[in-house]
Amino acid sequence: MSASSEKYEAVIGLEVHAQLLTRSKIFCGCSTEFGAPPNTHVCPVCCGMPGVLPVFNRRVLELAIRMGLAAHCTIAPRSIFDRKNYFYPDLPKGYQISQYETPLCKGGYIELPGDGDNGGPTRIRLVRIHLEEDAGKNIHAPDCSLVDFNRSGVPLTEIVSEPDIRTPEQAGAYLRELRSMLRYLEVSDGNMEEGSFRCDANVSVRPRGSDSLGVKTEVKNMNSFRHVEHAIAYEIERQIELLEAGERVVQETRLWDPDRGVTRPMRSKEYAHDYRYFPEPDLPPLIVPPDLVEQIRIAMPELPAARRARYTSEMGLTPYEANVLTQEREIADYFEAVLPGLKNRKAAANWVMTEVLRVVNESGRGVAQSVPAPAEVGSLLKMVEDGAISLNAAKTAFAAMCKSGKNAKATVSELGLLQVSDEAAIAAACDEVICAEPAKVAEYRGGRDKLFGFFVGQVMKAMGGKANPKIINEVLRRKLAAS
Amino acid sequence: MATEKTNKINLDQVRHIALLARLELTADEEQRMLGDLEQMLEYVDKLNELDTAAVEPTAQVGDIGAAMRDDVVATCDDPQSILANAPDAREQMFKVPKIIE
Repeated sequence: MSASSEKYEAVIGLEVHAQLLTRSKIFCGCSTEFGAPPNTHVCPVCCGMPGVLPVFNRRVLELAIRMGLAAHCTIAPRSIFDRKNYFYPDLPKGYQISQYETPLCKGGYIELPGDGDNGGPTRIRLVRIHLEEDAGKNIHAPDCSLVDFNRSGVPLTEIVSEPDIRTPEQAGAYLRELRSMLRYLEVSDGNMEEGSFRCDANVSVRPRGSDSLGVKTEVKNMNSFRHVEHAIAYEIERQIELLEAGERVVQETRLWDPDRGVTRPMRSKEYAHDYRYFPEPDLPPLIVPPDLVEQIRIAMPELPAARRARYTSEMGLTPYEANVLTQEREIADYFEAVLPGLKNRKAAANWVMTEVLRVVNESGRGVAQSVPAPAEVGSLLKMVEDGAISLNAAKTAFAAMCKSGKNAKATVSELGLLQVSDEAAIAAACDEVICAEPAKVAEYRGGRDKLFGFFVGQVMKAMGGKANPKIINEVLRRKLAAS
Repeated sequence: MATEKTNKINLDQVRHIALLARLELTADEEQRMLGDLEQMLEYVDKLNELDTAAVEPTAQVGDIGAAMRDDVVATCDDPQSILANAPDAREQMFKVPKIIE
């Protein structure tokens, strides 16, 4: 951090659009499936034809309430839809149906994992979570633009944070937590590449310790967590440099250019911000059925924050380990299914974080499609715990099981990985080695401790690499000490 | 006829509204709009004579709540006909003048 950046602090608020996991659109029966040929999931309603009426999809309400409860929001028993008016080619009606004065969810907060050094978790407060429809997609050709309305009318929640975020890293942590929650709750698939999780950032800077807010810019076009962190870091530096040079920050919308690593002002004029919101006359108020919130609350799954707390306090894992294991519900579920029968939870955690996650990430497929069932990994780790196989043998077996789909026992015996723990057999091998290497034995006894490893290696070789190294160590030490 | 001196609305506001509505107005039309809007606002003044301080803003009459549908895909019979309404199309998409971001 440069000297001038220490004088300032950044004030960051994030707006996240998350696509809800519904089959059909928010106000019509068109499919929400990603990747269909252009303009095949369209109808008169989502294309804004005259005389059509929107009919609300009840699943949208259930999913949004689920997220609202997870984020500790107040759920409004009655909210209304508004029209947000602006002209753009991807907006067929000339307005977007959204919620303005009465969002479905108000207030609340997201708890970020503590990193273990700066103490406990951090809370980022939310302003609101509201419902809206997505616009179409513009594709830019050299001579014109082309519009595909498949996405028009896809249900979104917009999750708006208070400007509680102070660093690019914290913004990244907030987004990861939000995405993780949405996926745990099966509210959204959180896929940034397919546009089902999008983020805009409001960024300003002010002298450290000041309570007032500086002039902010809105940064758009960030398509990955890394982009968000880089774009915000760039924007903070840019604003500080302006202020240091005695210039002023202009309130504007800027686009992140990932190729050049800079933000630049949007070229189109934004007279919008004059959206002339008014209540949507085509939709009666959204009344939440009285029992619905309670029904949803009862059915809530355990969320990442609760799991992290359990892993650190009950299992003694570090905050880092707990965080890695809980980011994806599938992985956390897998880890817990490995545990039964095992004493060493830390070893199981390490195994899932390294071996399992590596294979899952490399395969690019789901957990169930890429690694053996968790009970099989549990049985493999149990063999390690019992000294029946070495840790290295377990890794060999695991790699084989990922390919063959065979169970742990069969794989270990097929590959001959069981280690010999028979002390008499090991002692005999040790004697042979000691007899065969009188010169080395003399050197060792004369003080060359380093030779111990050589003897272990020889015994292991004599036993075809299958002896229990712990027992070799014990026996060799005893025998070599006795002169 | 109202003129530019009117105190309800001025020419700048007329031009701003025209911009938001993507209307290109001639100087003549601007003057006519100024007059029309002036009259409309005068009528709103008339409505404002009624004291509504104790009345909640009414977006809808009746409070039955929005009808809801189940999350079931119902494909449009003929999505192709939607594109038939496009002034111009290419590669199954609506063709529009180039958008500058």
